[in-house]
Amino acid sequence: MKRSLINARVIDPTNGRDGQYDLHLDGGRLIAIGEAPAGFSAEQRDDLAGKLVTPAFIDLGAHLRDPGPRYKGSLVSESAAALAGGYATILPRPDTSPVLDSASHIRTLLDRARDVAGVRLAPLGALTQGLEGELLANMAALKSAGCVALTNLRQPIRDLGVLRRCLEYARTFDITVVFQAQEAALAGQGCAHEGAIASRLGLAGISESAETVALTQWLLLIEQTGVRAHVSLLSSARAVELVRDAKARGLDISADVSMAQLHWTDEQLEGFNANFHLEPPLRSAADRDALRAGVVDGTIDAIVSDHLPHEAAAKSAPFAVSEPGMTSLETMLPLGLALVKAELLSLPRLIETLTFSARRFGLKGGMLAVGEYCDLAVIDMAHEWRISSETLVSAGHNTPLLGMLLNGRVEEVLLGDTCYA
Amino acid sequence: MNLFDLSQASADVRAASPAQVQLDEQGRLRHFLDIEGLPRSVLTEILDTADHFRGIGDAEVKKVPLLRGRTVANLFFENSTRTRATFELAAKRLSADVLNLDIKTSSAAKGESLMDTLVNLEAMQADAFVVRHGDSGAAHFIASQITPHVAIINAGDGRHAHPTQAMLDMLTIRRHKGEFAHLRVAIVGDILHSRVARSQIQALNTLGAAEVRVVAPQTLLPIGVETLGCQVFTELAAGLKDVDVVIMLRLQKERMDGALLPSESEYYRRYGLTRESLAHAHPDAVVMHPGPINRGVEIESAVADGPRSLILDQVTNGIAVRMAVLSMAVSGQMKARAERRGERSRGAGA
Repeated sequence: MKRSLINARVIDPTNGRDGQYDLHLDGGRLIAIGEAPAGFSAEQRDDLAGKLVTPAFIDLGAHLRDPGPRYKGSLVSESAAALAGGYATILPRPDTSPVLDSASHIRTLLDRARDVAGVRLAPLGALTQGLEGELLANMAALKSAGCVALTNLRQPIRDLGVLRRCLEYARTFDITVVFQAQEAALAGQGCAHEGAIASRLGLAGISESAETVALTQWLLLIEQTGVRAHVSLLSSARAVELVRDAKARGLDISADVSMAQLHWTDEQLEGFNANFHLEPPLRSAADRDALRAGVVDGTIDAIVSDHLPHEAAAKSAPFAVSEPGMTSLETMLPLGLALVKAELLSLPRLIETLTFSARRFGLKGGMLAVGEYCDLAVIDMAHEWRISSETLVSAGHNTPLLGMLLNGRVEEVLLGDTCYA
Repeated sequence: MNLFDLSQASADVRAASPAQVQLDEQGRLRHFLDIEGLPRSVLTEILDTADHFRGIGDAEVKKVPLLRGRTVANLFFENSTRTRATFELAAKRLSADVLNLDIKTSSAAKGESLMDTLVNLEAMQADAFVVRHGDSGAAHFIASQITPHVAIINAGDGRHAHPTQAMLDMLTIRRHKGEFAHLRVAIVGDILHSRVARSQIQALNTLGAAEVRVVAPQTLLPIGVETLGCQVFTELAAGLKDVDVVIMLRLQKERMDGALLPSESEYYRRYGLTRESLAHAHPDAVVMHPGPINRGVEIESAVADGPRSLILDQVTNGIAVRMAVLSMAVSGQMKARAERRGERSRGAGA
């Protein structure tokens, strides 16, 4: 279909574009920015004055709960939640049931995704078999089957010799390794940031060193092996410094932070609200401020959802035994716009952090290139809406924002020629 | 609900704290979950009421009819002999019917089974739940999310709070030392894992004690413990110097397995309360312990059984304090219930 989107503010950070442009599409392909080409006659012409058009977002590490227990979510529900949040592509985590540690599991997932999901999937495979941290996964086969990177998530690789071999083997096949830095022995049974608040509430703490000790080990081995790596879900100020230093040394490393970490601190735990039970834990205000600064100065490249839907019972328990995680794909845009409104982040930088993974992992989309298929999000920044169990598309309603008024909503996502409104 | 405040970029969406949940709009107690956040007036009311009830224990007939026709359920998800027994006696002396339930939690579906148990008991029209649970925040979770109209009495939740234990200690101190303003109190032992210590520190601060100290090796001190309102000592002699009250905490044997301590004997040499180490305290200092005591591990028998020990007094006071808290919280709930009924009938009449 030939379509023109006119008068919108268009932001495409990759190409340094921010201004009012008309976009002309043909069969899902962007054929012109600005003037329509000679002879182009649009079948549909949308006047988007006052609206924002950006490349659709790409999320690294959202949990789609598929394969796995259906009461927590499924490809159908979580893919719809991703589209509602403005996402075109999701890099789902491998800690499903079964674990995505073999090529056949990846192929099955991608086949099913083609049938049911509107959103594109670019899966993360397991770095070790069963994520158990002992035997290397069939990395080359996983890559051939469609994995864009491999990860052991937060699961420990206790033997540093095994970790080193993992990185060397990944390097051999030019595979990016994604990791979450947490030393299991130091995290122990903790469920909250180790600090005065957890001490007062009697919650077992996870120290900053649980993150920084593991991060330091990884960084040294990344430097030694030369593997391309991405550290996910930074949580402390000290970790931001370590990544900044590593980048300055020239390591091929990128980093992300969850949106929740940019908003909240451990003060939210005062009332034992299990929706704030997250891994890694919400830390101090100083940590949050350093994470924000890291996003602004580019130390942190991406803001991710850390989307983890749960059924009600998983959160209906005393804090420590509730399951960690928050459903968050649908609140990414309003929470991001809140940072922009508070002048902590520019709007183009926000969009850049929400689309970064395309460039880093060699995916389609994430920018507006003439002649290419393009995934777009149409955004009404002024739209005020109340988030509730009725409005949530995700199977998980585990967000502390239920009942709140939010600003900014995704009106439409265009995936190539398919439009999701 | 509030508008998500865009100018702050960090909407404060905190849940109600235990302090907010346990008092009604008029400041009456309706649950007893935590010392933190309770005003001095409420703590003093508990102590005065308990003082009054203490007389009943000395009377020929040890009963008052305050809770006649009411049902108190003791829900112990963790083992306890002393606390459960004193809660049971307290409820019986108030003439309540008492139901004792020992509930072993399975690790699977903890939340669901907890909820099912509680709503079933609520349907049996229980008026108060005395809850002991291994997870911090459990009593608050029940009071705020499951059965808000049943008076919840926290009999110990994880490492978080043990407010009736703290209040019986305050009653014991007040009966022996008078007012709190000039008192120095040292709490010695495993502060890290102790819900008793947390509640005691808060109660002593609220009641205006001159100085609260904690004494322990670094491995048994929670990070940021000083923000609870106490001075931190790692050496026993310095920590006990001139204090009026010494509170010893029980040392769990599993602390050695967790590499928190090398051995019982080394702990006893450094932190055990003996006649010799007690000499650093004020000559009139009294000794307390929430029990059960480990003789020769944290305290010498001669001290535990000696003239300055108030350990058995604490047990007696425990019944009176639990009577006070049960009667206050159940009466707070009954008033709220009557108000709700009043509103409903007004609504029906309109």
